[in-house]
Amino acid sequence: MTSGAIDIGALQGSPQRRRRESLILRAFQLAAALSVLISAGIVFSLLGEAIVFLSNVDLSQLFAGGWYPRRGEFGIATIVTGTMVVTLVGMVVAAPLGLAAAVYLSEYAKPRVRRTVKPILEILAGIPSVVIGFFALTWISPEVIQRFFNDASAFNMAAAGLGVGILVTPLVASVAEDALRSVPQALREASVGMGARKRTTTLQIVLPAAVSGIVAAFIIGMSRAIGETMVVAIAAGGTGGSAFTVDPTGPGQTMTAAMTALAVGSDQVRGTDGTFQSLFFVGLLLFFITLTLNILSERFVRRVRQKY
Amino acid sequence: MKAMDAGTLTEPREGLHARPHIEVEVQQQSERQLPSRDVVFSIRDLSVYYGGFKAVRNVSLDIFQNQITALIGPSGCGKTTMIRCLNRMNDLIENARVDGEVLYHGVNLYDKRVDAVEVRRRIGMVFQRPNPFPKSIYDNITFGPKIAGFKGNMDELVEQSLQKAALWDEVKDRLKESAWSLSGGQQQRLCIARCVAVQPDVILMDEPCSALDPIATARVEDLMQDLKSEYSIVIVTHNMQQAARVSEMTAFFTAEVQEDQDRRTGVLVEYDKTEQIFTNPSDERTENYVTGRFG
Ligand SMILES: Nc1ncnc2c1ncn2[C@@H]1O[C@H](COP(=O)(O)OP(=O)(O)OP(=O)(O)O)[C@@H](O)[C@H]1O
Ligand SMILES: [Mg+2]
Repeated sequence: MTSGAIDIGALQGSPQRRRRESLILRAFQLAAALSVLISAGIVFSLLGEAIVFLSNVDLSQLFAGGWYPRRGEFGIATIVTGTMVVTLVGMVVAAPLGLAAAVYLSEYAKPRVRRTVKPILEILAGIPSVVIGFFALTWISPEVIQRFFNDASAFNMAAAGLGVGILVTPLVASVAEDALRSVPQALREASVGMGARKRTTTLQIVLPAAVSGIVAAFIIGMSRAIGETMVVAIAAGGTGGSAFTVDPTGPGQTMTAAMTALAVGSDQVRGTDGTFQSLFFVGLLLFFITLTLNILSERFVRRVRQKY
Repeated sequence: MKAMDAGTLTEPREGLHARPHIEVEVQQQSERQLPSRDVVFSIRDLSVYYGGFKAVRNVSLDIFQNQITALIGPSGCGKTTMIRCLNRMNDLIENARVDGEVLYHGVNLYDKRVDAVEVRRRIGMVFQRPNPFPKSIYDNITFGPKIAGFKGNMDELVEQSLQKAALWDEVKDRLKESAWSLSGGQQQRLCIARCVAVQPDVILMDEPCSALDPIATARVEDLMQDLKSEYSIVIVTHNMQQAARVSEMTAFFTAEVQEDQDRRTGVLVEYDKTEQIFTNPSDERTENYVTGRFG
């Protein structure tokens, strides 16, 4: 070959390999498309059933003073509030506890401790929620809630909330720890090199630098708490529906628990004109709430990534 | 003459301006007669280990007040390790261990009674890569003084520090902007300003110009010349012209195989006036290195 010009064939590579690569690419595209299709399918089926429900139900019943599907009362506010109460109680536990654990692991723990504790956290995050549900009902409720609030009922949202808090703490800790660890070591060195104490470095440099990741951890924890079903179904005591309440020491109903009750048929509404379909309506609502939260947390996480 | 006692470093300082005012007996170099100067650091038989690995072995040298001292040598010979010993930054590394003494105005920095935080308030550090905090330019400067309990006029201090770092004119209208919006060279000068703002006694610089272009490098070098009337400066550099240009004293390190170690350990080969090191070194290894015939 003379200097300068070369034949295009020399840069084309083997045709066999190119064919194989385009095949692999197509396989991945198919897999990606399939998962998008499945998600879309779920949303559409929810949407369809929710429309059936809305067209069959007396719309004024959506603003009823309670959630009693058996009587045809679908007070959405009741279960949305129930979810909020349980989530709030859960986050009051999980946010500070998770953050403290994250700060300890990332800033204070010796590498050896971190190497053993981090996997344990991840195992804890995988505890079946039924277990926590029973723990909430049989221990937290009598030993904690009823001890502090004498007139609390055996089934109450506070116990469920604490259970949910325990459940999501490892998740919050794990995500927050990742955020703290992604703060460059150079920033800690800069701070320590200025004569800052460890405490000052952590509070004034590391935490502010990781704030979007920490907020993301809280949001992820929150959306997990909102979606949590078993603990609430077992310990919050809303099986037969619930009146509107914001009192955490009393029984209440969350969106997820309401759906479980409908689905397992303990409310025996199967078949009656669109009542069963309320399940899908609530599901759709839940879907949008968690979707919004996840998009929010995604935004925050991306902000962390862009920064470093 | 009295040396500073360890209490000065363990008790809280009254204010930022309480600079150690001490006279110290001048130690003479054994090999060559050096003019009398005040000694800031007297390093005595210093060895540094990372776990079982001996990174630097038996270094002894004196670093003088109001001068620029350059540490040079091939990559991995322990320059960073050495300079981080001078303000106890090695404490941050889990498995690092230091043997021997670093006398700072006569006080051993590795004395059990010494609080590393107090040490670092007197001995500041500028790192190889600019590492401003993700805060405003203004807040970057005020961070150090604030934690040290500075009570004076903050605006004035910020201006002074930025002036000293030759950055004031470029940033005076954007003090509230993020320090991360500055260019690399500006960021490094900001880090110098931030260091100067706590009014340390010594400034340690670990390859401060390695991420900078020639113009920014020249500015930082000018800056060092301005700063040395008030501060003592120790600089690690890979750039031999830079060492020759800016420093009064130069220490040449290299890494050598020792009998009891399987990896190469850093040793001090020669320490002398910069001019001597570059024009008439007494050790062949130094000569090979400075003339570019290394390795
Ligand atoms: N944290 C650490 N843990 C273990 N070994 C280390 C650590 N830091 C440095 N070392 C080792 O110590 C030796 C000296 O490293 P050091 O960073 O001091 O060299 P240097 O002279 O600054 O090199 P360079 O010019 O490349 O920056 C090297 O062999 C290095 O691998
Ligand atoms: Mg180095």
